[in-house]
Amino acid sequence: MFPKPIEKSSAGVRRGYQVLLPIALFIWLLPLLAIFLTSIRPAIDINSGNVFGVPSDFLLIENYKAVFVQSKAGMYLWNSVRITIPTVIFAVGLSCLTGYALSVYRFKWAVPLFFVFVAGNFVPFQILMVPVRDLSVNTGLYNTVTGLVLFHSAFQLGFCTLFMRNFIKALPYELIESARIDGVGEFKIFWYLVLPLVKPAIAALSVLIFTFIWNDFFWATVLIQGDHALPITAGVRALNGQFVSQWQLVSAASLLAAVPPVVMFFAMQKHFIAGLTLGATKG
Amino acid sequence: MSSTDSAELALNNSSGPPSGQRSWLHRNRIKLAPWLFLLPGLIFFFIYVIAPIFQSIWISFYEWDGLSDKEWVGFANYVELMDDDRFYTSLVNNVWWLLLYMLAVPAGLGIALFLNQTVTGIRLYKSLFFFPFVISQVVVGLIFSWFYNPDFGIVGIVWEFFGATPPAILADEDLVTFGIIFAGLWPQIAYCMILYLTGLNNVSPDQVEAGRLDNAKGWKMLWYVILPQLKPATFIAVVVTVIGALRSFDLIAIMTQGGPYGSSNVLAYYMFETALSEYGFRMGYGSAIATVLFLIMLVYISFFLWRMYQDERG
Repeated sequence: MFPKPIEKSSAGVRRGYQVLLPIALFIWLLPLLAIFLTSIRPAIDINSGNVFGVPSDFLLIENYKAVFVQSKAGMYLWNSVRITIPTVIFAVGLSCLTGYALSVYRFKWAVPLFFVFVAGNFVPFQILMVPVRDLSVNTGLYNTVTGLVLFHSAFQLGFCTLFMRNFIKALPYELIESARIDGVGEFKIFWYLVLPLVKPAIAALSVLIFTFIWNDFFWATVLIQGDHALPITAGVRALNGQFVSQWQLVSAASLLAAVPPVVMFFAMQKHFIAGLTLGATKG
Repeated sequence: MSSTDSAELALNNSSGPPSGQRSWLHRNRIKLAPWLFLLPGLIFFFIYVIAPIFQSIWISFYEWDGLSDKEWVGFANYVELMDDDRFYTSLVNNVWWLLLYMLAVPAGLGIALFLNQTVTGIRLYKSLFFFPFVISQVVVGLIFSWFYNPDFGIVGIVWEFFGATPPAILADEDLVTFGIIFAGLWPQIAYCMILYLTGLNNVSPDQVEAGRLDNAKGWKMLWYVILPQLKPATFIAVVVTVIGALRSFDLIAIMTQGGPYGSSNVLAYYMFETALSEYGFRMGYGSAIATVLFLIMLVYISFFLWRMYQDERG
């Protein structure tokens, strides 16, 4: 293990480490702490310049309630759900199929097509912006949740295919071969044999895509105009304009926007990290 | 799956009588199957990702407001770019982003080394250190905007503590880009940290022991024994950091909208501004900027694919 385990160090070093840990964490998360304190402050604190000190009154429930009552935050959050969940299902579902096709079959196009998916995953959003917006306008999908879901699903397919293909490739190929020799149909092999084995990959991808899509701001700005379909990320910016200098409310709304991915991360931490660090241990 | 299951499946599958048509399908099913699995995803990906890349490049040769007829202008948009000060400012800022964003890699390694212990509660510490990455950049941008506010932000408090006049970072043409990059580093360092923590978890204990026997310690051990084993983690950290730097959009949109006077613009935001904002719907010109950004990214994409190709063969 590197660095040297702290248990093997002197008592002084050990104690120093124990003290240093919480201090480092405090500094690291200071921005979050500040925004949380602001979100429970009364407005008078902010007007009098007490922005980072101890709040003069704790208005946790009042402020968060005010966000829902005075703005469309509830609707924005609901829109985020309506955008994120179907995208996760579509992108992960389709990538099970593409990942399977590109890993199990040895055909001439397997590697080139795989590379197309990988490359597509890395392109800057701006190179897609004008044509995708144009396509959405022409098909009546502009400014709709459906339009955003369709685009997100297609774009995330690049990353999901990369992930799934590598995961399935690492499964023992003999399993599939012996099923074939037994005369099992291709789709049945996929459905009954491979799909149960890729459950961990499905879980990891789902939490990752959930976070990516929930936090998307760019495409929401490009493809959505009205409140009826605006997700919370773009909504928070709109609120920032609406609640001018009512920072306690903007902070509360920001934290609300951050809650679902944070909960997702803590609930599925193992899968989340496994997904994110894919390839970080092996070349 | 148990052997009885697969036997049952085999029975189900061979139940139909082998007619002529069926047997052609049967003989070729291994050839056909991958295409059937691929088709839905491939069509989808082609419509929304692959085709738009070429359409954008095509549109960059036109003058187009998005509504009326396109007008062919050849390379005029690119010629105009060469004389566009705002374009150069964005390009230079992108270089700053690329360079300074790279600090996330060693910083992430540093925190990972700091946290790679087994004291009680360390798992929770690791998760909490990772926190900033999970939060939307919109929220990160808002938080740092307040921090930088000279009247009441943390920066103001710190500067006044030392008796200095706090700078208005986001209103200062020379400082603004660095202020935004600093905000962006916060989640990016968390990302690199988690990559390195996973990498450190898989460092071979034998080699560390062997290094200790050879009297390697501290920096020497890190440089000659640990870092070579962390190569895959470093590679991914560099790739995601480069892409993050070139994709920087959210923070700029939230914190400054490219201002003051375009001084914090980057290509990603400048493109959006030209094509889709009150400054006019110049889709062709915007597409030309996007094409330049795409070509820069293509260098990295090619590098990444080349590395992957080596792995595939090896």
